[in-house]
Amino acid sequence: MARTLTDDQGIKRYLVNLKVNGDTHTVMVKGNALLVNVLREELDLTGTKKGCELGDCGSCTVLLDGKPVNSCLVLAVEAEGSEITTIEGVARNENLDKLQESFVNNAAIQCGYCTPGMVLSAKALLTRNPHPSETEVREAISGNLCRCTGYVNIVKAVLAAAEQE
Amino acid sequence: MYLPDFEYYQPKSLAEACRLMTKFGSRARILAGGTDLLHKMKHEQLAPEVIVSLKGLKRLKEITYQKGVGVIIGALATQNDIAGSALLQEKYLSVCEAAHHMANNQIRNVGTLGGNIVNAVPSADLPPILIALGARIRLMGNKGERVMPLEEFFTGVHSSVIEADEILTEVIIPDQPSTGSTYIRFGLRRSGALAVVAVAAAVTMEGQTCRDVRIALGAAAPVPMRARQAETVLSNRVITDDLLEEAGVCAARECSPRSSIRGSEEYRRDLVRVLTRRALQKAIKEGHV
Repeated sequence: MARTLTDDQGIKRYLVNLKVNGDTHTVMVKGNALLVNVLREELDLTGTKKGCELGDCGSCTVLLDGKPVNSCLVLAVEAEGSEITTIEGVARNENLDKLQESFVNNAAIQCGYCTPGMVLSAKALLTRNPHPSETEVREAISGNLCRCTGYVNIVKAVLAAAEQE
Repeated sequence: MYLPDFEYYQPKSLAEACRLMTKFGSRARILAGGTDLLHKMKHEQLAPEVIVSLKGLKRLKEITYQKGVGVIIGALATQNDIAGSALLQEKYLSVCEAAHHMANNQIRNVGTLGGNIVNAVPSADLPPILIALGARIRLMGNKGERVMPLEEFFTGVHSSVIEADEILTEVIIPDQPSTGSTYIRFGLRRSGALAVVAVAAAVTMEGQTCRDVRIALGAAAPVPMRARQAETVLSNRVITDDLLEEAGVCAARECSPRSSIRGSEEYRRDLVRVLTRRALQKAIKEGHV
């Protein structure tokens, strides 16, 4: 459990070590701080989007120990000890990941707002299952809503990326 | 959207968690996966002053088999832990299937078995199949622990017999003679939709004769309910298609669904009839699926 500091007004804050995209960041947060807000506001990782903020839309998807979760429903204090991957951690050395390339090549991006979450959900799937069926791809992104309704190309992009493996 | 302030505790033992719950009583809430609690707090439906997180109690995530007892699922096992458990897939695939079709992938990675039960939502997916399999639950409180049938846990929408200091620690699916079980849910979408109606059935067949059967309905009454009259129709009878239909009709009559945005009372009753027949057929023919 994180170290705590209580200020003059009696507000308790936690010193939390968050391991994000391989780097450890130490942040000071209140108990009620949500992971999505800490990522965006404290660590400037604004690739993680906020949509419904109720766990329905998947815009705020990040990987916790490789598993996609909605960061709007995770307390920052509870993310300590987990490996967090955000969309900023998918590309390597300025080069897009194959999956991201595939999103570009298959026109799987329209407004782009769902894309970070989509990519992370798909990334988790491909890591676990390098050659998924179309049904498995659709299942994997079922928690990510695309209001442009670009699902056909998104599925195509994930399948195409899988084929390249 | 931000959460209101609260005091946060992360106890290292179950005993400590119970002590905290005794100390704070109704001012405190247990945090497990958070998919329900944090959601309600954002909607200002709940504003606990204290949150007691079970995050530190890793042992409650385990799914094990104990000879002579049965399958024991820790209350902190997530829905995806359950869906992917090799042990459950081998013994009761029906439970894995029920977990696999809940909510969506992100929610299933954090939402827990305990939360799905303790929140006492009529459309919760895991209680019906667990009730059909005769599951018992273990509650740990300040005065000790008690084990009770899951079926007797619920008292109404969002209410149950759990005391303020009690924590649900595990669900036990006892070893049983049942030859098949299944769970069929009907939702308006395949993902991210609550069940409009769900039916779970567990049968003990001897040739074509049904020796024992348990039918549990979800979203068909304020609490997950046994369709006992439908069960009587089948008990110790040779199973025919007509008899299964009769059981469906019976279940539709004895349930008490409400009309809501997801479906009218009439629609839900008819779903109960159809899904009861289908669930029974599947459990009889295909085993634990």
